[in-house]
Parts: sequence; C-alpha cells; structure tokens
Amino acid sequence: MNDLLLTIRKNIPLTDTVCKMTLCGMFPEAPHAGQFVNLRLSGHYLRRPISVCDYDDGELTILYKVVGEGTAQMRGMKPGEKLSVLMPLGNGYDTAPAGETPLLLGGGVGVPPLYLLAKELLKLGKHPSAVLGFNTKTEVFYEKEFRALGIGVTVATADGSYGEKGFVTDVLPENYSYFYTCGPEPMLKAVFASSGTGGQFSFEERMGCGFGACMGCSCRTVTGYKRICKDGPVLYKEEILWEK
Amino acid sequence: MGKMSVDLCGIELENPVIPASGTFGYGYEFAELYDINCLGTFSFKGTTKEPRFGNPTPRIAETPCGMLNAVGLQNPGVEKVISEELPKLRKCFRKKVMANISGFSVADYVFTAEKLDSQEQIGWLEINISCPNVHGGGMSFGTDPKAAFEVIEAVRKAVKKPVIAKLSPNVTDITEIARACEAAGADGVSLINTLLGMRISLKTRKPVLRNITGGLSGPAVFPVAVRMVYQTAKAVRIPVVGMGGVASAENVLEMMLAGASAVEIGAENLRDPFACRKIIEELPAVMEEYGIENLKDIIGRA
Repeated sequence: MNDLLLTIRKNIPLTDTVCKMTLCGMFPEAPHAGQFVNLRLSGHYLRRPISVCDYDDGELTILYKVVGEGTAQMRGMKPGEKLSVLMPLGNGYDTAPAGETPLLLGGGVGVPPLYLLAKELLKLGKHPSAVLGFNTKTEVFYEKEFRALGIGVTVATADGSYGEKGFVTDVLPENYSYFYTCGPEPMLKAVFASSGTGGQFSFEERMGCGFGACMGCSCRTVTGYKRICKDGPVLYKEEILWEK
Repeated sequence: MGKMSVDLCGIELENPVIPASGTFGYGYEFAELYDINCLGTFSFKGTTKEPRFGNPTPRIAETPCGMLNAVGLQNPGVEKVISEELPKLRKCFRKKVMANISGFSVADYVFTAEKLDSQEQIGWLEINISCPNVHGGGMSFGTDPKAAFEVIEAVRKAVKKPVIAKLSPNVTDITEIARACEAAGADGVSLINTLLGMRISLKTRKPVLRNITGGLSGPAVFPVAVRMVYQTAKAVRIPVVGMGGVASAENVLEMMLAGASAVEIGAENLRDPFACRKIIEELPAVMEEYGIENLKDIIGRA
C-alpha cells in the first residue's frame, strides 16, 4: 500500500449518476482486479473507497456512482486536480480457480471491477464471458468497453428496457467453469443461490481506514472473522455466511 | 535523554507519540508500512477475557471533522493475543507496548490484566473503563466514581506493571472519576475516550450505525479533550496521557501544555496510516518554531 498523489486526467459522466475518472501518476505497485483505492477528498474526514476498473501503464480508471456528498464532490472535480490516493487495497480476485470459461456477473456499480478481471483472465488465455445487469436502459454503462475485449457480453435490465429482461440470475448461460461477481447484496445472494459452480464475491461495507486497522468493516465467515477491506473485499463462495 | 523524551509512569519514552487503542491493531499491519520503532510506544487493540466479534455493521459513520465508530471491542480474546498477536508484534517492535484492557465485570478486568501483566514486552496496562459501544461493561465503570475505584483498585492489587485508567468524557465532571482512579492506586490516567454520538440517514430515516450510537473522534473533539486534560491534570498528581482529535505536531504540543505527559493519536491513523511517523518527524521543527528546548518543560504549563 502506498499513499500516492495522483492527477486527474479525465472525469466524465457515463450515465446520469455514474462517472468515469482516470488518474495518472507514479504507481510503485500495480493494482489487480477486485482491489480498490481509497481517495481523500478535501472537506471530508474519511476517505472514499472505490474499486479499480482498469489499470494500464501509469493510468488508473475508476467508475463511481454519485450517491452522497463525497461522490457528488468527485463529480465536480476537473482534470489537473490532484488527489491523495491510498492503493492498492484489499485482496482482489483470485484467478487461479477460473477454469477455461469463467463467467463474470456484474450488477450496476458492481460492474467496474469485472472489467480489469476480464482483461487479466484474457491475458491468462482464458475465455471469460460477462453478464451485466442494470435497472433500466438509461443506467447501462461499459457494455461497449466489455464487447471491445472480444468476449461474450449479455446485458440484462430489470425492466426489460434494454437487452434481456430480468436480473443477471435470469439470464445465466448453461455452461461456465467458475464465476466472479460484484453487485448489490440482494444480487449476490441470488447468485449464491442459483450458481452451480464455485465462485468469488466482492463485498461492500462502510469502512473506517480501508487497510485493516480499525475493524470497522468486519464480517463473519465460515473461516472466522474477516475484514472486508483487508481480508476481502473478495470472498470465496464456500466461506460466505449470510447475515442480516 | 533526547529533547523529545518524556517519562510515563517510570518508563522513558523516546517521544510522547502513542497511537491509540483501536486505531493501530496489534501493530504489525503498520509495521508493513514503516518502522514502528520510531513511536514512543502504542496502545494495542482493546483486549477482553473472551474473544469478541463486536457489533453488527455498519460500524462507521462520517461526521463533520471526525467520525463515529461502534466497533464494540472486536478482539480475539486475551489467550490468543498472548499466543498469536504478541509474538508477531515482537518481531517488528522492540519497545515496551501498552496493553489496552476491557471487561464486563471486575473479575474480567482482573483476569485479563493478570494475564497481560506477565508478558515481558508489555510496559503499561491501560484499563479501558470508557468504551461507549458495549452494553453492561466498558463505560458503565467509567461514569461512576465508585465503580471506577472498585475496578482500578482490584486491578492495581493484582498486577505489577503501571496501571493507566482510560477515562470517558461522557460525564459531568471527569476530574471526579480521575480522582477516584488516583485514590484506587492508578499510576496514570488517559483521556479522552470517544464522545457518545449519533447520525441519522435522511434517505432511510434510520440511524446510520446499526448500534444506533457510536463514539465520536477526530479533530471535532480536540477542544473538548484539551479542556478535560487541562482540568484533570490540575486535579490529580499522577501523569495524564492526553488524546482526542490530535492530528498534528502542534496539537501534540497543545495537549502537553494542557498537562499531558504523553499524547495518544487515534482517528488520524485511519485517514493517514503514516500520521504518527509524520508527526514525530515534524516535532523537532515545530518545537524550534515555538522555542521549546525540551518537551518535558512544557507539560502543564498553560
């Protein structure tokens, strides 16, 4: 983990609420798919954890949804502004058990980390495909980018206004070797219940530090207590205990 | 004896900077980032007799200039702390560490304190009678002078190492509790623990924290902490460890002027993991700026 001072290169809206920010600077340690960064924003005490969408040659891409004051402030930031960024954080996805035809299941703002994962799996000679779920047509983003990787992409919208109608679990392909998923908790639970293979889930939680010190984001798992920020955010299917 | 060195209950600290319990784990997470031997010492994660998961999440909420936490004393229990955490810490920290102890009964506190008292690498026992996030223990001992006296006296009689009582700000008169701890034989007091607070989400119309309330920390509480350290230092003869919203070398000096013999730093470690190292590095220049020869000379001089 490093505390980096990065410069915003681009900050553009993809939909009404989801924006794409690219940051450049010196990166002593390249992030892996499923890891996240923690941004310091002026006027806000706690940092904002955001998953890594892409990393290539000195440029970091994050996609964020405007949900509160912090992300609203991020949307207003201009190219050239600088941000203090702690990164890379968290464990990230484990590509070892992927098999030949892994399936990537993303829901809404859970889609971004799967993009870098798709690239990493392709580099390993795997043949991933992706199912991207959104509420409605106007919320769809990154379909083109996923298609440009040359992988199979299915888009589903809950209201049927674009692509297949339904949730990602309604349009699962018959055959896949393993799955990787990120999205809202109801979707993760549905994926857990309907998937026939092993897989990995990326979780979200309110965090204090983001690097394992404060125990603010702990959860219970089959293998004991884990910190979402440090021992996660990615957990294997077999270690998950659903609570609440 | 360096110009930043201070004495804490008979043990010399190279400098007064001490990461506060609950913001620094058992140290080795931070040792991956920098050599933590630059610290005066640090107070490790609050330890109880039995393992505890703590409260359900969300446990964290942001506030203006600070944060609320309701972690609820998550820790692996004293046996595992001794068998697993302390050996790992020994590899990266060669100074005496401060043990932070919590409990739900006097017997709990004594049990955990006795176990940790026998550990060579521990220098002080910080007895947390002020955790606002657990029920039936913690703060209930720190808000009543009789209960505070009882638990500190029992621990003091059972152990050899210096006992520091960690006090709650959620009282009308903190000096009354501090005096009770001093009368019970405490070798020092540390203050303040977090201030009880709460946030409500306008979107859900429900409390942000699953525990409903949590402890407020960060720069928002600094002036409250300075005031309480000042009052307490005038009320007792034992050393006072100051904490609450300290975020800079200047804040460290201000706490010491208020009467702190050493200074704990909490929430700032969570937003900047390098905060304590930076503050230690900046101290000499800030001392020079304000014409301070030796840190010891300014304790309680406000």
